[in-house]
Amino acid sequence: MAMPASEIEEMIRAALPDAVVEITDLAGDGDHYAARVTSAAFAGKPRVAQHKMVYEALGGRMGGVLHALQLTTAVPN
Amino acid sequence: MSDANARIDEIVKNNDIVLFMKGTPLFPQCGFSSRAVAILEQLGAPYESVDVLQDMDIRQGIKAYSDWPTIPQLYVKGEFVGGSDIMMEMYEAGELHQLFIDTGLATQG
Repeated sequence: MAMPASEIEEMIRAALPDAVVEITDLAGDGDHYAARVTSAAFAGKPRVAQHKMVYEALGGRMGGVLHALQLTTAVPN
Repeated sequence: MSDANARIDEIVKNNDIVLFMKGTPLFPQCGFSSRAVAILEQLGAPYESVDVLQDMDIRQGIKAYSDWPTIPQLYVKGEFVGGSDIMMEMYEAGELHQLFIDTGLATQG
């Protein structure tokens, strides 16, 4: 029940090609991550919609294989 | 509307602030739920909580209800606000307190 950080990043980038993805392995166990995703695609969208875009990019893994992904979204300056 | 969906809808509509969480505010069973509780406690507005671990139908149903894959989930005045990450972002930006003020659930100060 773990997913490598590189795979998370690839999946997010596949859906949001301009995204800058910073992933931190919080516990060093390949299972508890924090991700900061910056993309112009988030502009003008409420936070719930922004997070849903990332969850959709992860294709249903969120809440399943990926239990602990602390997510922050931002629009580039 | 399924039975679980109808029950969730009733809970959401009948409580100004409700947190669907794992465990109880006193004994949260997950770090994310614990964080959500800490934020609500900090803001001091009265809230209702639902322990999804006590009810499998609600545990699964809540994810479909909001189209949101994880728990905890916060609802204010019948609207889905977000999970613990969004709560934290809003709390740090002062937006969660503002939302409670705007909806008449907290006072300025």
